[in-house]
Amino acid sequence: MSVRTLRIDGRDVASGEGTTVLEAARDAGVAIPTLCHLEGLSPVAACRLCLVEIEGSNKLQPACITPVSEGMVVHTATPRLREIRRTVIELLFTEGNHVCAVCVANGHCELQDRAVDVGMDHARLPYRFPDRPVDLSHQRFGLDHNRCILCSRCVRVCDEVEGAHVWDMAWRGEHCRIIAGLDQPWGAVDACTDCGKCVMVCPTGALFHKGDSVAEKHEDPSRLAALLQARRARQEAP
Amino acid sequence: MTRTILIDPVTRIEGHAKISIHLDASGAVSTAHFHVGEFRGFEAFCVGRPFSEMAAITARICGICPVSHLLAAAKTGDQLLAVSIPPAAERLRRLMNLAQIIQSHALSFFHLSSPDFLLGWDSDPAQRNVFGLIAADPELARGGIRLRQFGQAVIERLGGRKIHPAWAVPGGVRSSMQPDDRDWIRSRLSEAVATTQGALELFKRLLDGPLAAEAGDFGDFPSLFLALVGPDDRWEHYGGQLRLIDSTGAPVGRDLPSDGLSPEQLDNLLAEAVEPWTYLKFPYHKPLGPEAGSYRVGPLARLNVCERIGHERADRELLELRQRGGRVVTSSFHYHLARLIEILAALEAIEALLDDPALSDTHVRAHAGVNAREAVGVSEAPRGTLFHHYRVDSGGLIEAVNLIIATGQNNRAMNRTITQIARQHIQAGPAEAGPGDQLPEIAEGLLNRVEAGIRCFDPCLSCSTHAAGQMPLHVQLIGPEGEVLRERWRD
Repeated sequence: MSVRTLRIDGRDVASGEGTTVLEAARDAGVAIPTLCHLEGLSPVAACRLCLVEIEGSNKLQPACITPVSEGMVVHTATPRLREIRRTVIELLFTEGNHVCAVCVANGHCELQDRAVDVGMDHARLPYRFPDRPVDLSHQRFGLDHNRCILCSRCVRVCDEVEGAHVWDMAWRGEHCRIIAGLDQPWGAVDACTDCGKCVMVCPTGALFHKGDSVAEKHEDPSRLAALLQARRARQEAP
Repeated sequence: MTRTILIDPVTRIEGHAKISIHLDASGAVSTAHFHVGEFRGFEAFCVGRPFSEMAAITARICGICPVSHLLAAAKTGDQLLAVSIPPAAERLRRLMNLAQIIQSHALSFFHLSSPDFLLGWDSDPAQRNVFGLIAADPELARGGIRLRQFGQAVIERLGGRKIHPAWAVPGGVRSSMQPDDRDWIRSRLSEAVATTQGALELFKRLLDGPLAAEAGDFGDFPSLFLALVGPDDRWEHYGGQLRLIDSTGAPVGRDLPSDGLSPEQLDNLLAEAVEPWTYLKFPYHKPLGPEAGSYRVGPLARLNVCERIGHERADRELLELRQRGGRVVTSSFHYHLARLIEILAALEAIEALLDDPALSDTHVRAHAGVNAREAVGVSEAPRGTLFHHYRVDSGGLIEAVNLIIATGQNNRAMNRTITQIARQHIQAGPAEAGPGDQLPEIAEGLLNRVEAGIRCFDPCLSCSTHAAGQMPLHVQLIGPEGEVLRERWRD
């Protein structure tokens, strides 16, 4: 594999061909905030939180799907990017109903953590307070559309890892939401294996264990990478 | 010509409210109203949420008594799961409720009400607050503040935070008690008991002296009293039976179980009336109707309903209370004394609980799905009996919520109390009183007495207390056409 040399926030970085800017930055110790990205799942560049500036291009690029190239000069934390990231987080908070104080994921929520990272102390946009349902039809798990940020991690983990493909995105724009099966109550979808991986990778409290009360969801999405590594090791074992 | 005097806001209570005093053509008080202008909407916006979240959501109703809603919601959840919670969980919930009673009663007595007793009804309003109390009697103030801190610290040690701990859940509680928590609580008990006994001695001396008149004319009227009562008719704050008595002490209807109280039983027992001038409802005993069925809840009701407390020192004080006010004490001013007696009772109950080995068991939560579609949970909040009533769908989503709050149940009594005090203290003016300077002069101290009538009940109108060091008061005399005849600001 050939090596590409580039510059990220003033640091000289060497990465293999095909590496993304996000991976190269993290290897170099440069933190770029993400929400939809999760190691072990295919990248979709949905959340736009990892946008970076690349010299010579007017367009901002999502670091999670942009491959490194020779001589690339990347800026990850310019004032413009910081403003955009804060706005992205504010948009997520104001278009759903995110009430940390009574949320199952309070204290273990990636959206909450990113809000702290980007310095969001209030929302400059008006809250929309959409009327969204909660699905408690599954025997073990619940889905609260109020807390869903449409990152599609659940869609990808169910399709790419579990192979059940229970989840999809439906509708458009402000009506866009996650659906189970062909827009059925989750509990009515036979394809669901009740494995709970979607709950594990959900960055917020949108997917949760039924019966959980505030701050009781302590899932660690990074477990997915360890799980996949263990699976590969088992498959490759003689 | 009739006129209205407004006290807005009422100070040193938990929440925001105003009082209007209506004068008739002769300048005498015809009636007084306690207005609560806040609208919260919890019963509406909880619809559609999982019932497992209700404890955490309803705890947010109040920053003073979040534990009360936490427990009532968790108890309703127990009924929806149809489980018996582990014995340790019941003891731990009791321990937290006792701590809540201590901290809330300490706040009411020391921080909010005692400035009236110790500094005087007519003292400078700028000094008539907890800071004035610190200046006048630093020992008492420090003791009161530390007593409240003790209650808060017990809540924090059990639930992880002082305010809004999401610790009680349907099926039990989320964590067991650590041995060092038990040791810490025990180490602070004797100081807390000494503070309470000191305050009791001081307050009883005042009752025999400068406060004798108030004890007689602050809301003294016959009414029903509702409270939980334990086995052998002992004082109760968490479970037991629901009992209603009249002012002679005779039971009204049969006792009802607090655990497993059916929605039908609650519906047959209580109804809620509304008035156009306040958002606070007026619950009443349904069979007797809005007037005859009006009842009081809270510390005085709990002490009136029980035969004995079941703890030695508190029982001695209960005996003294009954020597002052009779077997069923009807003077609302004695809510203050009842509150101090309950702090002592709670401290003794904590002492007894700490000796119970079952308190330390680590099995504290029962798990189950939705096994009942509708349930009622009952608990005693510091201010009185609290009911949560939920209906859920088969998955556990809330379809309907009704919350019957202690302060609402005292609403009729509060209105009667301020009317009685206003009639006593605001004298009739000239019969031909017209606009401007012909109106009767109303001293600030008299208005403070009317406010104090409300403070007897320690109403909890939401989560907030008034601004520290400031007692804004806006009084308006309003003529029949709505014109402001005279206005006075105090800040």
